[in-house]
Amino acid sequence: MERIDDNTWEVPMEGAMRVPGRIFASENLLELMKKDRTLTQVRNVACLPGIIKASFAMPDAHQGYGFSIGGVAAFDFNEGIVSPGGVGYDINCSVRLIRTDFTVKEVIEKRTEILDAVFKSVPPGVGKKGNSPFGADALPEILEKGSGWIVDQGFGRRSDIDRTEENGCMDADNEAISDKAKKRGASQVGTLGSGNHFFELQAVEKIFDEKIAKTFGFTGPDQAVVMVHCGSRGLGHQVASDYIKQMEQKYGIEGLPDRELIHAPIQSELGQAYFKAMGGAANFGFANKQIITHHIREAFEKILGSSDSMDVVYDVCHNIAKKELHRVDGRSRMVCVHRKGATRSFGPGREEVPSVYRSVGQPVLIPGSMGTASYVLVGTKEAEQKSFGSTAHGAGRVMSRSQAIQTYDGEEVVKDLAKKGIEVKGTSFRGIAEETYQAYKDVDEVVRVSDEVGLGKMVVKLRPIGVIKG
Amino acid sequence: MRYEFFEHTADAEFKAYGKSLEEAFENAALAMFSLIVEEGTLAGKETRNISVEGKDSEALLYNFLEELLFLIDSEGFLMKGVIAITIAEGNLQAEVKGDIIDDSIHPHGEVKAVTYNRMKIGKEKDIYHVRVVVDL
Repeated sequence: MERIDDNTWEVPMEGAMRVPGRIFASENLLELMKKDRTLTQVRNVACLPGIIKASFAMPDAHQGYGFSIGGVAAFDFNEGIVSPGGVGYDINCSVRLIRTDFTVKEVIEKRTEILDAVFKSVPPGVGKKGNSPFGADALPEILEKGSGWIVDQGFGRRSDIDRTEENGCMDADNEAISDKAKKRGASQVGTLGSGNHFFELQAVEKIFDEKIAKTFGFTGPDQAVVMVHCGSRGLGHQVASDYIKQMEQKYGIEGLPDRELIHAPIQSELGQAYFKAMGGAANFGFANKQIITHHIREAFEKILGSSDSMDVVYDVCHNIAKKELHRVDGRSRMVCVHRKGATRSFGPGREEVPSVYRSVGQPVLIPGSMGTASYVLVGTKEAEQKSFGSTAHGAGRVMSRSQAIQTYDGEEVVKDLAKKGIEVKGTSFRGIAEETYQAYKDVDEVVRVSDEVGLGKMVVKLRPIGVIKG
Repeated sequence: MRYEFFEHTADAEFKAYGKSLEEAFENAALAMFSLIVEEGTLAGKETRNISVEGKDSEALLYNFLEELLFLIDSEGFLMKGVIAITIAEGNLQAEVKGDIIDDSIHPHGEVKAVTYNRMKIGKEKDIYHVRVVVDL
């Protein structure tokens, strides 16, 4: 591997690779990647038809299914492919940040009440039914219209939509989504889910860029904010499974470096169907978070008297494929960017960036693991040039769940976090042990590398004060 | 041994064993549910019938496990165990027992999807074994 600069490494072309691999990592982070199949997966992705420039790994990359998690690849929109494994099972697993004018002290005083209220109105955990009025009948609207439709029904503000990636609605076709997927999603609108999904009360810890922080709605280190991390639930998982199966049947797995890299030409019937089903699942994810936002505001109204100040800062996708225009070798090309465990990081000027942020660049939301910091970055022109406008998405696991539960006890983890000033409410102690912060990479280093490479510049650091773990 | 897990950073990989293919499939289902709910927390008051098709054993296993995940999201049904299972050419029929999730049941984990990643079905010295990676 060739070192390009402090935090950039090139994996040279070999075998069937059509482009080189490009890794953005410090020496430490690279060592972690070498311990699992991350680099092999970067090479495998480089073999896919229509891939442009390079197969990328973001600083938090680790072994995934087909693509590494933290893998980014762009394909020519006419000649290239789309791969469900390049998006992931949890389509539009994403993060939303909501600002408030409440002080950290005000929120801490009512913390237990807020966590209890949200725990009730936004059920976390496996197989839980949501409290929204939207069931199977509403699915066609939700799948094709996304969170805007939810706002139209009275659950949110117009500005919520303006401050959501894709304005909360991707191109989608209800017919491209199976009944099975719809049955899995019908009762899950407004649920948090499980695994690494969470609701977090956070405090602004540090501001790195005053001007941009102000543009994003941050006022100072005394400010409380709210972060939600969840996705498209069982519906999205089923869409991914359905299309992986269909693509295997249609195209076969022969010649693939890895079975999970099954794909279809973007312009083929199946490729287009997947793209529109994925869009529908993404819309389900946006709508889900819109309902959750409504319940969070309700809880604050009831407990702290008002939710007027609680504007959405932004809502970013972490698992998605997008049709985007990029400059490649001096000319504009329409490409399909797969971001699997990666965040879009567009700089100033691009029309996809909400008008309120267009002069500075989009907010990039990078959550840490339970009990560690989260960050808000700003997208850059440099990211557009270096990584098709992408950066990291979080900490990334370093320890398996089974190892985590053997090493850590859930009740101890809760006590440990309480000592650090963090109240945790979960559905099971085992689930909390599985997600303990020691099982994840150091998010501080991931963000530092992103900042140094220029893929996303640090704006604000947030520290957790209350957590609901799915 | 019914099943064993292997180290996997982000997801879960297990191998399940049985004297027959049916028993290996049953143990694969038990292995998957050990990731979701603690053993002993379910009573098994309800039953469900499952019927899936598949062009080979791998497809049958995939579809069987996927159907069990579907029952969690669509009905809140968590499998405790398999009552009966038969595998014939291209078809699998099973009767399973379990419970509908309520406030007394606290699942600890979610399996998002069954995958074909590294899936392998084989037989060694009269023991069938199946290897599965599930996405968490």
